[in-house]
Amino acid sequence: MKIVYMDNNATTKVAPEVLDEMLPFFSQFYGNPSSMHSFGDTADKKIKQAREKVAALIGSAPEEIILTSCGTESDSTAIHAAILSNPDKKHILTTRVEHPAVKNLCEYLFKKGYRVTFIPVDRKGCLDISFLKKNLTVDTAIVSIMWANNESGVIFPIDEISQITKERGIIFHTDAVQAVGKLPIDVRKVNVDMLSLSGHKIHAPKGVGALYLRKGTKFSPFLIGGHQEGGRRGGTENVASIIGLGKACELAWGHLDEQRTRVKGLRDQLETELLKKIPEAMINGDQEHRLPNTTSIGFEYVEGESILLMMDRFGICASSGSACTSGSLEPSHVLRAMGVPFTAAHGSIRFSLSVYNTPEEIDFIIDNLPPIIARLREMSPFWKEAVG
Amino acid sequence: MWEYTDKVKDHFLNPRNVGVIETPDGVGEVGSLACGDALKLTIKLDENKRIEDAKFQTFGCASAIASSSALTEMIKGLSLDEAKKINNEDIAQYLGGLPKEKMHCSVMGRDALEKAIAHYYGEAEKKTEGEIVCECFGVTDLEIERAVKENNLETIEDVTDYVKAGGGCGNCHEKIQEIIDSVTGKERVLEKAHKQLTNIQKIKLIEETLDREIKPALEKDGGSIELVDVDGNLVMVKLRGTCATCSASEVTIKSYVETKLRELVTSELVVEEVQ
Repeated sequence: MKIVYMDNNATTKVAPEVLDEMLPFFSQFYGNPSSMHSFGDTADKKIKQAREKVAALIGSAPEEIILTSCGTESDSTAIHAAILSNPDKKHILTTRVEHPAVKNLCEYLFKKGYRVTFIPVDRKGCLDISFLKKNLTVDTAIVSIMWANNESGVIFPIDEISQITKERGIIFHTDAVQAVGKLPIDVRKVNVDMLSLSGHKIHAPKGVGALYLRKGTKFSPFLIGGHQEGGRRGGTENVASIIGLGKACELAWGHLDEQRTRVKGLRDQLETELLKKIPEAMINGDQEHRLPNTTSIGFEYVEGESILLMMDRFGICASSGSACTSGSLEPSHVLRAMGVPFTAAHGSIRFSLSVYNTPEEIDFIIDNLPPIIARLREMSPFWKEAVG
Repeated sequence: MWEYTDKVKDHFLNPRNVGVIETPDGVGEVGSLACGDALKLTIKLDENKRIEDAKFQTFGCASAIASSSALTEMIKGLSLDEAKKINNEDIAQYLGGLPKEKMHCSVMGRDALEKAIAHYYGEAEKKTEGEIVCECFGVTDLEIERAVKENNLETIEDVTDYVKAGGGCGNCHEKIQEIIDSVTGKERVLEKAHKQLTNIQKIKLIEETLDREIKPALEKDGGSIELVDVDGNLVMVKLRGTCATCSASEVTIKSYVETKLRELVTSELVVEEVQ
């Protein structure tokens, strides 16, 4: 069965060009980049190039990039660094819609005695900036706000926030895992102090990420060990994956225009046609400030897991904000924070595209999803009541 | 992804008896949109008062749909007394098992069946019985107690898996734990009653426990403990070393020594410090 993969905010396929660059570094050039022989130096040189490519994608200097094992490690490193280097400050400001990598860490720190403020979002998933301003204090150690939301795709005004934090001299970290490679990002223009990115969301393999650390920002390592990454992250480098990340960043740079045009076009077509063919469906999230590849659609009176499993029979891969898919009983914290009504939250499906998606795949979903929704609605005790 | 059995997948993809019986003899509706799943069961009886037909409408995940479909198949041809005996475990078994986190789907089936039968007999809605414990999912203490008893549930997580209670904000976790304790606690007392200790056995066991478990722990902090006397269930002890002058000695006695002795000797013990 052909797979129609529209779950790229969950993970992406490793690009063939990325894999090609990686392969020799498993069994051919397997030297340790720290070794004092030219064999190891081959790997070291490639890591240097990879670091430059990662830096180029976000406009930083190569030495401002710390290579990590994933987005979560980058987030944890950033937040721990901020609180460890400001031991007298006990307040963290974040949002109610962060990825668990930040959300659960902040909840953990709350239990450890930190004061944590979660900024609410409105019905469209947009941040309440005045709430943010009101809650900054002299005690605030860090502000951590995602660049774009993984579920709704809503983009936050990172530039505006970074002006506010800069004026107050507060460290600002952004989890840009979903934004990097989909939006142009330039840390020379935006005053973030730290920025997390992840390889597997941009066609590099799983298990590699990076943290941008603005020069001059106080820092304290999270993984303590060897001298790697300038003493900022111990542990022998994941050489092949880092090389893959470098290549993926180079490719992503080249695809930025395509994201804005072709990928967005496909997404818009999918969204428009589905809403046209399926009554009682709604888009979750602000459509003006949104990632070009993401759409979250709430199909009322049906349940997300059922939709996903029926789509699975057609090889269609997507995600759901429904409770049942996660093992929890409530719909996603993002949809709840947005106040999406229960009738739609349980039946919300997220499609997230990549540059590899084709118009044929969009047509395939447009043909096959409406009958699935209709079938589940026939089974639902609420449907007939709702439409009369 | 959930590990669903082939039977669950089959009943999800090819559900049996979907729909509503036009002139039903019994109707059972459970769940709500807010809760994330809901089931409407309608049944029709034949002249011998056996279930001739059963139909369902379900809003929910794959296992909710499969459980509803299975239920309708299971009850067809049964008398109401026979149908009453079907419990959630039977529904899960019919499907070759359900993931633990999805057991509440089978409970929903059982509940709908009970309601449909009660509706047939013209019994009033039992909804208001008991006191709501879980506000998020509207689950009462009686429902939780029943699930704990029937399925031998041991943890809050188990309760959430079976009746959803505690799966939302978590404010009711303490109350759920109390219900579990009151159900399982009763049984624990009964068990203990079987092995009545003689006085000599009891004193020996107290001494052993003090030497083996409690003294080494206190010695780590530079303290110690000495057994003075045992009178019935009253254990009299003296604290030594740093413990003797420690302002938290009362806490040590009650929350540590007494708990440990109750756990390892008998639950009726009371420990007191004597000078």
